[in-house]
Amino acid sequence: MKIMSPVLRVAGLAKSFFMHAQGGLELSVLRDVELDVAPGECLALVGPSGAGKSTLLRSLYGNYRPQRGSIRVRHGDGDEEKWVELVNAEPRITLDVRRHTMGFVSQFLRVIPRVATVDVVAEPMLRLGASLEEARQRAEFLLSVLGIPERLWSLPPATFSGGEQQRVNIARSLIADYPVLLLDEPTASLDTANRDGVIDLIRERRNAGAAIVGIFHDVAVREALATRLYTVESPGVAA
Amino acid sequence: MTAPLLSAHGITKRFGSRIACRSVSFELWPGEVLGIVGESGSGKTTLLNCLAGRLAPDEGSVTYETVSAGTVDVHRLSEARRRLLTRTEWGFVNQDAREGLRMGVSAGANIGERLMAIGARHYGDIRQSASDWLGRVEIDLDRLDDRPTTYSGGMRQRLQIARNLVSNPRLVFMDEPTGGLDVSVQARLLDLLRGLVDRFHLSAVLVTHDLGVARLLTHRLMVMQGGSVVEDGLTDQVLDDPQHAYTQMLVASILPV
Amino acid sequence: MPDTNYEDGAYNYAYLDEQTKRMIRRAILKAVAVPGYQVPFGGREMPLPYGWGTGGIQVTAAIIGRDDTLKVIDQGADDTTNAVSIRRFFARVADVATTTRTEDATVIQTRHRVPETPLKEGQILVFQVPIPEPLRMLEPRETETRTLHALSEYGVMQVSLYESIARHGRIAKTYNYPVLVNGRYMMSPSPIPKFDNPKLDRNPALQLYGAGREKRIYAVPPYTPVKSLDFDDHPFEIETWTECCALCGSRESFLDEMIVDDSGTRRFICSDTDYCQERQEERQGK
Repeated sequence: MKIMSPVLRVAGLAKSFFMHAQGGLELSVLRDVELDVAPGECLALVGPSGAGKSTLLRSLYGNYRPQRGSIRVRHGDGDEEKWVELVNAEPRITLDVRRHTMGFVSQFLRVIPRVATVDVVAEPMLRLGASLEEARQRAEFLLSVLGIPERLWSLPPATFSGGEQQRVNIARSLIADYPVLLLDEPTASLDTANRDGVIDLIRERRNAGAAIVGIFHDVAVREALATRLYTVESPGVAA
Repeated sequence: MTAPLLSAHGITKRFGSRIACRSVSFELWPGEVLGIVGESGSGKTTLLNCLAGRLAPDEGSVTYETVSAGTVDVHRLSEARRRLLTRTEWGFVNQDAREGLRMGVSAGANIGERLMAIGARHYGDIRQSASDWLGRVEIDLDRLDDRPTTYSGGMRQRLQIARNLVSNPRLVFMDEPTGGLDVSVQARLLDLLRGLVDRFHLSAVLVTHDLGVARLLTHRLMVMQGGSVVEDGLTDQVLDDPQHAYTQMLVASILPV
Repeated sequence: MPDTNYEDGAYNYAYLDEQTKRMIRRAILKAVAVPGYQVPFGGREMPLPYGWGTGGIQVTAAIIGRDDTLKVIDQGADDTTNAVSIRRFFARVADVATTTRTEDATVIQTRHRVPETPLKEGQILVFQVPIPEPLRMLEPRETETRTLHALSEYGVMQVSLYESIARHGRIAKTYNYPVLVNGRYMMSPSPIPKFDNPKLDRNPALQLYGAGREKRIYAVPPYTPVKSLDFDDHPFEIETWTECCALCGSRESFLDEMIVDDSGTRRFICSDTDYCQERQEERQGK
């Protein structure tokens, strides 16, 4: 297999939580994390529960703020592509990276009142400037691949089951072709059939060149998708 | 755009010996919605009024990148230019819609006013624009000639929004736009605002004490306490990984539903 | 009772003392220099209450001279009580000739009408004004209306015209119709019918406006453009009548509707008594 250069580089990453209400308790979760991910790779984060896998993933996305270290990602169009530092970046940088380069599938779908499912899914593509019909079409395609029945497309997902919401979430994260994908238990609430559908979609994306970092509790999913493993041990000692 | 849309440089405002706003600085870039959260007395409304040119700061400055006239210092502008700016490139949505509307004239006149203020003189066209905007804020078109006194609170708020957006502003200031409204009405209004911000590529500075509103509408968040900004960053980051003690306390105080 | 009180030393010429006249003339000069702009002045106690023309009287008193000929009309008529009173007042205190003929007058003081007979260069028309601020009904704060005038922010008036069309299908204002003077200041032409507005535009005469209670003077110099506000698709229009004047047959003048008997018989008669009179004489002369 051709070895491509990484598009995501993490070095010396440290993350603690300071709980002021608990008398200034410091919880060190990540210490000196270092990893690289190249296109076509799927790095699975493994380790005991509470070790910091989710913390690491969220830190990559900018959802959590690391205390130290560097997270760099290849970002930009064509000639303008360059390394962008995300730790302590200005908000507009991170927002731009999230819009064009990095997608995140969290475990929970944040439900926005009144917006129809198809529009929830289409939104990231609209943000990139696609037309409404184009975005809706692609959203509908993904929704059907993920087994969400058509009669639900025009309804807001607030009343959907956990599994349905999860699939809507996945569709939303996959609608734009992100070079980097961060997946936090993408198949958590899914039954086997739906799980397999999601595996196919993600694998397809990986093979098309996405660089993926994911947490997969389900061994079968991990084995289907991961090309490498990365162990996160508390308090975040690198494997 | 290579310059920030709105910049605050060390904004300080005192009322007598009390410091309402302490050396606040930030840059707002096009397309960003900045939330300013804090409890009563945090200084957030004072800050908003300083940013929007309504209140002169005691120290510091506010600069704005105009469409065609370069960067301007908001408080150094002549009153004429500042008033023109607030009627064309800017919008201001008050918490109480009555402060931002003419209650004694019809909805159509309210929405059409900005157009007439900049020289629109065709009644039919003005009426059509007003009608279009009424539709965009989801008010029944047959309410076009009704006065806002006959509107519900939520409708008045939506009318206020339409009145502001008719001039295609680039920057909208909002002071607790959903305050005082019923929860379902709030939800609908937030949705509408979200849609309008996306659709018209608006930038906004939004003051709220409601973290749920901030989560839904803003990209960035500044947390104010006692006149100072104690924390700022991406909204999801400030709410999910609060660093400052006060922010942590605020986030922990949200009642679960 | 002596005809000219001032010769007794009882009053100064034209009732006002010289310093007051000076002050009012300065205000008038300012007003003429900035057409349509309301100039505050130190209004004096006059021998009649506010609402009866004290502003107009003070302006007339400041400009009138022995060689002038004064005409006073009230809603077009020379013979109403008020017109007669004011004319007699000036005859006494200023020793001026008076007339009812528009073309013979050098100074015409009027309440709520512009004479039908076209005015000439050298004539002065003095309007009695109740509320000088055209935006007053829309914006009650004086501090705010001053700012609006200073910044030329007249959107609120356009809004009120829009509202009129929305409510009535047309601009319903028929008197005190707002105008823009010299392309700059919005002015209240006093409660003249909109029928008279076109007469203000580029009139060869000098127009002076005096508001006694509000203590403001404004002016429109001769040949100044005066434009009535409207919309492109709802242009300004003057009143029309289906009838002509019952006395002189005029179809071009402003007609008053009169109930002439107990059974409610209506007649339309020229509001401008001098104009009507002249036409009647012409017809008889033929």
